[in-house]
Amino acid sequence: MKKIQKLEMVNISKSFHGNFANKDINLHINSGEILGLLGENGAGKTTLMNILYGLYQPDSGEIRINEKHIKINSPIDSIHHGIGMVHQHFMLIQNHSVIENIALGYEKTPFFFPKIRIHDKVVEFSEKFNFAIEPYKKVWQLSAGEQQRVEIIKALLNGADLLILDEPTSVLTPQEIKELFRILKDMKAQGHMVIIISHKLDEIMEICDRVTVLQKGRISGHADTALMDKRSLARMMIGREVLFNVNREPLPKGELVLKVSNLHVVGNKGVPAVKDISFDIYANEIFGIAGVAGNGQKELAEAITGIRPVKSGSVFAGSKNITNMSPRKIYDHGVSHVPEERIKFGIAPGLFLYDNAILKQHHLDKFSKNIFLEYGRIKKHTRSLIDSYRVATHSIDVQIKNLSGGNIQKLILGREISENPPLLVASHPTYGLDVGATEYLREQLLKRRREGGAVLLFSEDLDEIFELCDRIAVMFQGEFTGVLDSSEREKLSDIGLMMAGAIRY
Amino acid sequence: MLKINVYDRDSITPLRSLMTNIGSLLASLLAIGIVFFLCGVNPLYAIAKIFTGSFGSMYGFKETITKAIPLILIGGGLALAFRAKFWNIGAEGQLLMGALMGTWIGLTWGSSIPSSILIPIMFAAGFIGGAFLGLIPAILKIKFSINEVISTLMLNYICAELITMLIVGPWKGNTRFGFPGTNNLNDAALLGVISGSRIHYVTLIIAIISILILSIIVYRTRFGYEVRVIGENPEAGKYAGIDFFKTTLVIMTLSGGLAGVAGVGELAGIHHYLGYPASISSGYGFTAIIVAWLAKLNPIYVLVSALFFAGILVGGDAIQISLGLPGATVQIVNGILLVFLIMGDYFLKHKVIVSFANNDSKIACAAKK
Repeated sequence: MKKIQKLEMVNISKSFHGNFANKDINLHINSGEILGLLGENGAGKTTLMNILYGLYQPDSGEIRINEKHIKINSPIDSIHHGIGMVHQHFMLIQNHSVIENIALGYEKTPFFFPKIRIHDKVVEFSEKFNFAIEPYKKVWQLSAGEQQRVEIIKALLNGADLLILDEPTSVLTPQEIKELFRILKDMKAQGHMVIIISHKLDEIMEICDRVTVLQKGRISGHADTALMDKRSLARMMIGREVLFNVNREPLPKGELVLKVSNLHVVGNKGVPAVKDISFDIYANEIFGIAGVAGNGQKELAEAITGIRPVKSGSVFAGSKNITNMSPRKIYDHGVSHVPEERIKFGIAPGLFLYDNAILKQHHLDKFSKNIFLEYGRIKKHTRSLIDSYRVATHSIDVQIKNLSGGNIQKLILGREISENPPLLVASHPTYGLDVGATEYLREQLLKRRREGGAVLLFSEDLDEIFELCDRIAVMFQGEFTGVLDSSEREKLSDIGLMMAGAIRY
Repeated sequence: MLKINVYDRDSITPLRSLMTNIGSLLASLLAIGIVFFLCGVNPLYAIAKIFTGSFGSMYGFKETITKAIPLILIGGGLALAFRAKFWNIGAEGQLLMGALMGTWIGLTWGSSIPSSILIPIMFAAGFIGGAFLGLIPAILKIKFSINEVISTLMLNYICAELITMLIVGPWKGNTRFGFPGTNNLNDAALLGVISGSRIHYVTLIIAIISILILSIIVYRTRFGYEVRVIGENPEAGKYAGIDFFKTTLVIMTLSGGLAGVAGVGELAGIHHYLGYPASISSGYGFTAIIVAWLAKLNPIYVLVSALFFAGILVGGDAIQISLGLPGATVQIVNGILLVFLIMGDYFLKHKVIVSFANNDSKIACAAKK
């Protein structure tokens, strides 16, 4: 007998710092069902599941199991109620064996000889679902797929009837994905229920019975996957018919500013992240790269700006080859960079505002004489940056970490474009900012375009991409699934499918 | 249920910083008092004795300044290295290497070169020796990702054993009656002292000038800017195109070199011959770690904190003699001080709230962080 026959989330809302992450969410799942939770990054999928797992408390709304209202204060409560979660990043101890990791997460692990005494139970479970796992292997020797199975056993052993999987296929090989899906189907046959968080249409179509689509924190639809095609699902994910902003005045195509040819870049885990990408950017142009995060955009931006080595291929700024130059030299050749995760990369948080205003430029003659910094001129420059880019601060003698995200971003943008570089690479420049700051930053990018600069814009926000970009490339698994002109409306309305790798132009 | 929630403090006022430091010092004195109490000594008397022993008399104060000299030099260099988050625990070895180089120059040319030329050469050689020893872990770290804490620490032992080998072997002096140690350096290689004390003023002047130069380097130069950026956020350093290899090499040249200079000072100003490593340096390389930390890695403050810790060393000697406490007492005092200062730093940067209530919103807030 399963503990959960039916689970409902009713009118769940949750906000962080006044911005809602979930608003009036209703969903339900029955025994023996696999539910897909589909949405772009930042749509609120993971927040919603963290609420169900007890990591967050909802501001309003309730969770019901078998028609009874229950309260989940922590993951311990949710485990007692039969809910298990496998996070996107596995929570395993690499130097311990499989069985030691399982014992650690198992509630009823005996104090003495835990490994010997839970061994049989682990074997029983892994046979039941054909897990094929060796209990005494160390975790670091396992593939990502095997580690995931260890996480699943951990959840099942604690009596999970409902298993939540956060982006389960993102780290798996195609073969391992097949294996995972087989396991999930076995679990389904035995009356377990599964919720899969994903943004990959193909997988949702293949494995899920039903799908709930989230868009900007709200439900944009429920559907039976059997009755849907990918195109309509993609529309639901993006949330509307694609709208086009026409406020951007047409400008003549300028000179070649950046030429990327057959670029290959390797990601952090040693796997290819950018595969054979080529494109050109011209003056008076904003070139947008859309796509779901984690498809190689970060690596592409880092390779162009010199932070990450290029494996093969070339990058030219105008006529100068800047492939694998240091970030400072690339800056000197006219490529500036607003990095993603501004706090992590773009500033030195404990240094003063004026110190941060010259990061990457402190070696220029305007700010230093021989080896000495010219703080007089630096402070003057900082004051003019603050005025021109409307950075709200009462003084420049404050540590920059005391500023709000929007003001930090304005300072970074100002710093990067005040020298009028031919090309600005901007990664998610408005991510997490309020409406006012967002609008202001977008205006500044358009101003650069008018002044004859070029912008390479990475963004997950399609509104932003459509509003700003003259040409749009869509990136999926390290490749462009298409480079479209903003006038090609027909094709652009399929951008959701291109982002999911389902079609290519 | 007991809940501990930790928040980052948004802003730290200088007043709070000062109060936290004073608070940590008082708390550590309390802990030290407990140790004294357990040793069967009146804690108030013992703590008072430490400070009267070092600052309360002319003799004590002169000794305090003498011991502050190496601490200033090494502490300044360590403040620079620590600022870039390069954890140089090898200043002890770098000091010994400086002493070794100084001895080599002093023994070789002591009788043929006049003092005014010989002394600068000795200091330069000491700087090179310390810098050389500092560069090894720097290269290992940047090129092979070898943890500098381990490599700098291990080099301390290598250096100490190298010196031991020299003084019982090839450099053993014929005037030592068979005991290990080199012959005394020629008078030309010795540093003058302020009469009635052991203050070798040449090294003291070098130390103070070094501190002034260091603070200009850190706060006024391109290189210092790069050091501060790397220390605050290495990712931002990478983004700004700072050359980590070059920067680290310069940092460790200065940090190791200054420790080497301190070694020459100890050799030519105090000991006058190269003896056992433990007698050349009474752990200055390690004490200077605390000196740099108490100074909040600001070179100017190193002058003050070096004097403070020199005082504790001298005061420690005083209570050993007058109260019959074991020689390790000073190290215990230093250790407790360091632990409390680091703890104070944590509480300065974070706000810790311990609550007994089961408050949902707070947990959610903490979970989000």
